[in-house]
Amino acid sequence: MKVTELTKQYDGKTVVDSVSFEIPKGKVLSLIGPNGAGKSTVMGIISRLIARDAGLVDFEGQDISRWKSKELSKRLAILTQSNQIQMKLTVRELVAFGRFPYSGGRITAEDEAIIDQAITYMELDEMQDRFIDELSGGQRQRAMIAMVIAQDTEFVLLDEPTNNLDIYHATNMMKIVRRLCDELGKTVILVLHEINYAAFYSDYICAFADGKIAKFGTVKEVMTRQTLSQIYKVDFEIMEIEGKPLSIYY
Amino acid sequence: MILSIWSLFIGVIDVDLSGLLSGNLEQLEIFLISRLPRLLAILCTGVGMSVAGLIMQQLCMNKFVSPTTGATISSAQFGILLALLFMPNSTLWGRALFAFAAAILGTWIFVWFIQRIQFKDVVMVPLVGIMFGNVIGGITNYLAYQFDMTQALSSWLVGHFSLVVRGRFELVYLAVPLVILAFVFANHFNIVGMGKDFSRNLGVPYNLVLFAGLSIAAMITASVVVVVGSISYIGLIVPNVVAMFKGDRIRGTLVDTALFGAVFVLVCDMIARTVIAPYELPIELIVGIIGSILFVGLLFYRLRHGRKAVRLGAAHAGGCAAPIAQAERGDGV
Repeated sequence: MKVTELTKQYDGKTVVDSVSFEIPKGKVLSLIGPNGAGKSTVMGIISRLIARDAGLVDFEGQDISRWKSKELSKRLAILTQSNQIQMKLTVRELVAFGRFPYSGGRITAEDEAIIDQAITYMELDEMQDRFIDELSGGQRQRAMIAMVIAQDTEFVLLDEPTNNLDIYHATNMMKIVRRLCDELGKTVILVLHEINYAAFYSDYICAFADGKIAKFGTVKEVMTRQTLSQIYKVDFEIMEIEGKPLSIYY
Repeated sequence: MILSIWSLFIGVIDVDLSGLLSGNLEQLEIFLISRLPRLLAILCTGVGMSVAGLIMQQLCMNKFVSPTTGATISSAQFGILLALLFMPNSTLWGRALFAFAAAILGTWIFVWFIQRIQFKDVVMVPLVGIMFGNVIGGITNYLAYQFDMTQALSSWLVGHFSLVVRGRFELVYLAVPLVILAFVFANHFNIVGMGKDFSRNLGVPYNLVLFAGLSIAAMITASVVVVVGSISYIGLIVPNVVAMFKGDRIRGTLVDTALFGAVFVLVCDMIARTVIAPYELPIELIVGIIGSILFVGLLFYRLRHGRKAVRLGAAHAGGCAAPIAQAERGDGV
């Protein structure tokens, strides 16, 4: 997937300003940056949830807007923060929706098997018949991921998956992200606020500032004192833990 | 299920017994011309209104939206009035056409309106709907006064089954194919009810399904209003009660909702006919009394149990689908 000269304006204000980058396949890419830097908008555009004003999003040799929505939903899945479900659905019913692009309303035996796998993979077996609104935030998030797994897409886009989760659940979430990539071979793109999660669990980082890409590269390339101070406008120290650069800001 | 079949049977027997009063030969005739149509109309009304309510609640992501609180019923009445005004000799089908168009349009306007304004509070949405409905109702009444139509109109303002006889009620059957259609697209409605991003992710055309679904609900409502008049609360109470026990997956609850709706109306109709027999009360009165009591109970239940959900989804709660633009702007603040 390749993004060229992406631009988006809201009420005359440019939130994404000619952004170009290429998404490395089979890796975890985190989009970071301060509030309003445009990372969520970029995520929305490359997942066809938001219309762009200019630029190209090339997905598998074809522009994303020319893909049939149903076909695209077999290749690319997105979870946004607005997926706050207030509906009384069981975990299993939710996960089953992941099969919708394939079999519409009719769930086949093959679908059932895939749903089972997804539920087991997310360790939701025991609560698969419970209603989602009775679950904790972390469990609910896992159910959503299970749905994405059932959707069986190569690309998985997650908009702030650790939002509203405590340290335990957020860390588990990031471990799941890593497994999606390492075990299931998916390309995962995340929007993250927590820089150290991005540093520890991703392969590449794309740092945004003022609607532009401030730095795109491997974790080591982006996680430098100079780059981070520039983007966030606070002082940073970089430390190394388990061979990975982690930041302290003050 | 068994209970509802049993209850249907009771209903038939009840009708049959009252038919017995008028002698043996006439009994059959009355049964065919009046009692049977009445029973079928009641069933269609119950099924139709509750399914329409279920669809509207799902699509609007709000448990308090229904044909009554979503301005659909008053729009349909407005349509009937227009038909009476401009085509005084119009047939039932002609009026139905007007009612359909007005109901669909009114519902669309309401939903468009609540989509524009993101309400923070779940209760605001039905309040706006009731206000909007009253505005339309006010216009309807004003026009009716102006053109001396209040008498003619009143039969559509207060729902009752006493005028349902053969030749006058067949329109209500229209609810049946529409309900089946709703069942076919149940999963689509469910997915759209999960939000715009959610449905886009699964490749479901959000706006198309939203408006198609609302149109189906509006047409079901309109076909009921044209035949029996306005019957409030069923579309609100029935789906909510069923959802409490059965969850929100439409495929799983549609049949229960339909059956429960039918039973509810049937019971109300039996009460309406027996309370001051041999006269009868308009069913709207009975449904209104029972419905409003249940509605208040429901409000308390939802407010108590819904608090957690409201807090978690504070940015989106109540609104009918949150555009991602909103989320992004929130990000910028």
